[in-house]
Amino acid sequence: MLQDKDRIFQNLYAQDDWRLKGAKRRGIWDNTKELIERGRETLVNEMKESGLRGRGGAGFPTGVKWSFMPSEEHRDERPHYLVVNADESEPGTCKDREILRYDPHTLVEGCLVAGFAMGANVAYVYVRGEFYSEASHLQQAIDEAYEAGLIGPNACNSGWDFDVYLHRGAGAYICGEETALLESLEGKKGQPRLKPPFPAACGLYGCPTTVNNVETIAVAPTILRRGPSWFASFGRENNTGTKIFSISGHVNNPCNVEEEMSIPLKELIEKHAGGVRGGWDNLQAVIPGGSSTPCLSKNICDNVLMDFDGLREHNTGLGTAAVIVIDKSADMVEAIARLSHFYRHESCGQCTPCREGMGWVYRVMKRLVTGDAEIEEIDMLWEVTKQIEGHTICALADGGVWPVQGLIRHFRPELERRILERKTGSAPAQAAE
Amino acid sequence: MPTVTVDGVQIEVPDGVTALQACEMAGKEIPRFCYHERLSVAGNCRMCLVEVSPGPPKPAASCALPVADGMEIKTDSEMVKNARNGVMEFLLINHPLDCPICDQGGECDLQDQAMAYGRGGSRFEEHKRAVKDKHMGPLVKTIMTRCIHCTRCVRFATEVAGVPELGLLGRGEHAEITTYLEKSLDSELSANVIDLCPVGALTSKPYAFISRPWELSKTESVDVLDAVGASIRVDARQTEVLRVLPRLNEDVNEEWLADKSRYACDALSRQRLDRPYVRRDGKLTEARWDEAFAAIAHKMKGLDGRRIAAIAGDLCDAESMFVLKGLMDATGSPNRDCRQDGAKLPAEPRAAYVMNSGIAEIETADVVLLIGSNPRWEAPLVNTRLRKAWLQGGASIAMVGSQIDLTYPCENLGAGPDTLKAIATGSHPFAETLKRAERPLMIVGMGALARDDGEAVLATARSLAEACNVVRDDWNGFNVLHTAAARVGGLDLGFVPGADGCDVAGILDGASVGDIELVYLLGADEIDMSRLGNAFVVYQGHHGDAGAHRADVILPGAAYTEKNGTYVNTEGRVQLGRQAVQPPGDAREDWAIIRALSGVIDAGLEYVTLGDVRSAMVAANPIFEQVDARITPAWGGFGVAGVMDDTAFKSPIDNYYMTDPISRASETMAECTREFVAGSGDRTGTDG
Repeated sequence: MLQDKDRIFQNLYAQDDWRLKGAKRRGIWDNTKELIERGRETLVNEMKESGLRGRGGAGFPTGVKWSFMPSEEHRDERPHYLVVNADESEPGTCKDREILRYDPHTLVEGCLVAGFAMGANVAYVYVRGEFYSEASHLQQAIDEAYEAGLIGPNACNSGWDFDVYLHRGAGAYICGEETALLESLEGKKGQPRLKPPFPAACGLYGCPTTVNNVETIAVAPTILRRGPSWFASFGRENNTGTKIFSISGHVNNPCNVEEEMSIPLKELIEKHAGGVRGGWDNLQAVIPGGSSTPCLSKNICDNVLMDFDGLREHNTGLGTAAVIVIDKSADMVEAIARLSHFYRHESCGQCTPCREGMGWVYRVMKRLVTGDAEIEEIDMLWEVTKQIEGHTICALADGGVWPVQGLIRHFRPELERRILERKTGSAPAQAAE
Repeated sequence: MPTVTVDGVQIEVPDGVTALQACEMAGKEIPRFCYHERLSVAGNCRMCLVEVSPGPPKPAASCALPVADGMEIKTDSEMVKNARNGVMEFLLINHPLDCPICDQGGECDLQDQAMAYGRGGSRFEEHKRAVKDKHMGPLVKTIMTRCIHCTRCVRFATEVAGVPELGLLGRGEHAEITTYLEKSLDSELSANVIDLCPVGALTSKPYAFISRPWELSKTESVDVLDAVGASIRVDARQTEVLRVLPRLNEDVNEEWLADKSRYACDALSRQRLDRPYVRRDGKLTEARWDEAFAAIAHKMKGLDGRRIAAIAGDLCDAESMFVLKGLMDATGSPNRDCRQDGAKLPAEPRAAYVMNSGIAEIETADVVLLIGSNPRWEAPLVNTRLRKAWLQGGASIAMVGSQIDLTYPCENLGAGPDTLKAIATGSHPFAETLKRAERPLMIVGMGALARDDGEAVLATARSLAEACNVVRDDWNGFNVLHTAAARVGGLDLGFVPGADGCDVAGILDGASVGDIELVYLLGADEIDMSRLGNAFVVYQGHHGDAGAHRADVILPGAAYTEKNGTYVNTEGRVQLGRQAVQPPGDAREDWAIIRALSGVIDAGLEYVTLGDVRSAMVAANPIFEQVDARITPAWGGFGVAGVMDDTAFKSPIDNYYMTDPISRASETMAECTREFVAGSGDRTGTDG
């Protein structure tokens, strides 16, 4: 179990002052100037050494991503931008929210350090529209930092000018996709852009841009201060560091907790969330990384390690590490049908497979809840999800069909049982909403 | 030049092409819905997916993927087939299967591609989506349930037409193409979205349920309703022209067509002059051809040629003007004019009256000066080029004339000749801008030339062009924008007053005082008929318009779709119009009518076939041999310096939808006029 001294987010539970005074007491903004003095290249290399992978879901190595930004020799007259994705909308995920409202200075400091490391003088933080008090706290933290000279012209006396702007979204899930976020930030309709060109070449307003998750940026100063080897000492190779896990659903004590990567799922739930409601044997399934990752059946949950590679072995992913625990009282099919409804609703409508396919998937799912279907339709549904996956501009469609694939993979007998029961009329199936 | 492999075949492709273009170069067809060569890349239909290595293990949208050296593209692998199959299935699940009652049937991309790439049957058991139809005006009919959200129409309206009035509202399944406020699409190019729509969501309202594409005979021709001379395809069934569509011509109209050119064709079967008429006892009565000719011969007998005059209209083919000129010469009349609006243009040098840069080159201009012209209404397809010059090349565009919305920013330098003179003499700062430009362009419209001081304006424009370096060794940016399809041809033929002859104003003056006793109007309807006095008026034309009402003898001619004819567009490009249908009733091809009349009055024109006329025409002016070519004419002195009055320049077109006898007879154009021109407010039941 991770020791308190190794936790990056010391105020995750709001026990301390979130403002600048409290933040400084916890070591944030401690000699930030020295970090900047190390130079761009050193910072990027240290991030690479730390092994930090993006905390927004895709898990791309952060240092490598930063290195895509044009170097000082190669930059043109265009400004560089750092955009922080605080549009946390994935069902089950609630980690960035706690950073924004209880430890906003980690993010503001992260913006400066990360911004400098990629040659950006400006950072935009795109905050989910529904996050009112979170945006308010962050804005106050930004104001405090300006006032203290920590950001603004000659930030922290480092010679680097740096501005941070907060922008509030309007509540569309798709605006959490990095290029849709950039469109939205530019004032357009939030629809993902075609890639290439990638944001590092042509992003916000056509300028080199890096979009990072809140947690990714917020952990950067601490990693650099304590050294990449410190961070890399946690977790397994290729899955290093600490991570905030959001544990929700049928557990006795739903919580956010910062833990070591690669912690066994069972340990995570039992140690921090008070265990599954009704005991471990009452577990039906776990969605390990936010609503878009495929669920796991109990037998896998017994041993699986919570990291990128451990979960990939089981055809799912770490995503945002939002663990949704589902015990045996839940109607698993209806739960996944509800997720299908969500993704159908949030599809931007741009690409054909997602626009048309999500509605189809949802409607079949709705019928599967009551068993009003044919056995062959399960295979058809599987095929349809495969026709959607990987055929669209962005990953929303992939994330929208993965839960269904997970359901079919692990709960096919349950689906067949409902269909057969309805055909033989042996049991009234539960009605769909 | 990168080398790529397409289905095992190695080819070298130019830098910067996309995978889709590379596949086409390799001869592989890539299905697509949203991609269109002339619009920005959307990449949303996902039909053009191909397998690419190196790359992620999933198919890539070829329309948006730039090729890289060594790239291997597969268009026929299992992955690609499955991807196309899947996309096709998704497109069809919510698309109504109403092909039997859909006007797009037979020319539908979705139909064709479903045949080629789709599944045999449907697995979709749920209810299909239905979408409320949208109002897009009198030309575009919408059946939005059929829409596949390719957004071609949105991109066309935003990028090419410059009227961002279309958009995609809503999200996911509920996304809809809409005009936002149920407003008509206020653009002269609106109907092009019908051609762009790959399905039957946007179809032609006037053509709704009229015909099926396989019933139509298709004739390639040129348009005459403005001076651009767009390439068109005339679709006819038996004797009736049912629709006009654009035809690809990179030099002239790309693949667009203006609404008037497309939709005035319903007038080709309305208000037609389908038999000769002779005025007897003050009343026009039906007559036979010999009676009509006899009436003219009777009037002409013994009449001095100086008392005869001819005016050619805006839609005339060159052959009929040429033959009429021959007839006038034979009668000894020097009084002829093809400039019925009174434009003060000389018949030579040619550089004085054509668009010297050419239409396509307009988009390369970096500084543009519009003088007394509203290209949006006078020539919408020239306006799209100007918009492109601004949008893609960042051209700065300015105008002298009255302020109008041209769909791009246009600085108004002043209203009339004073400003023009100031630029020509260098006292206006815009002169410097023109001088510094690499590709300076000026467009002189009829609003500046069809005035009493037109010659002086033309001279000033010429001196401006010379002073500001608009005319250079390798570039001639002096452009005249005509409004009449016949005008350049008429000037090329010298259909202007002969020695001591009268021009249009002189003819009208002469007729009103009785000096001119016979006026031959060849499709000329735009003159003030009340000033013809007691003259004997012969009207040869195809529509019962102003000229026919005043006429003493009516000779029924052929409209542009009913005859083979030569037209020269505003850039001096000689183009051939082709006959799609027969002229109605007793109407005949125009050159043949004049030839027949010449026999009756012993004028001695010897032509037997159209070929004879064309040979003679080429002998008179070799330019007519250069069909489809554009030749930059030599520069020369023209215009007569003089005093210009200070009235503001004003475009001759008040109503884009009604400018000539054809469009004035069109119901569709009348509908457009009601919608867009005559009061845009709500109408009540008493408005008729």
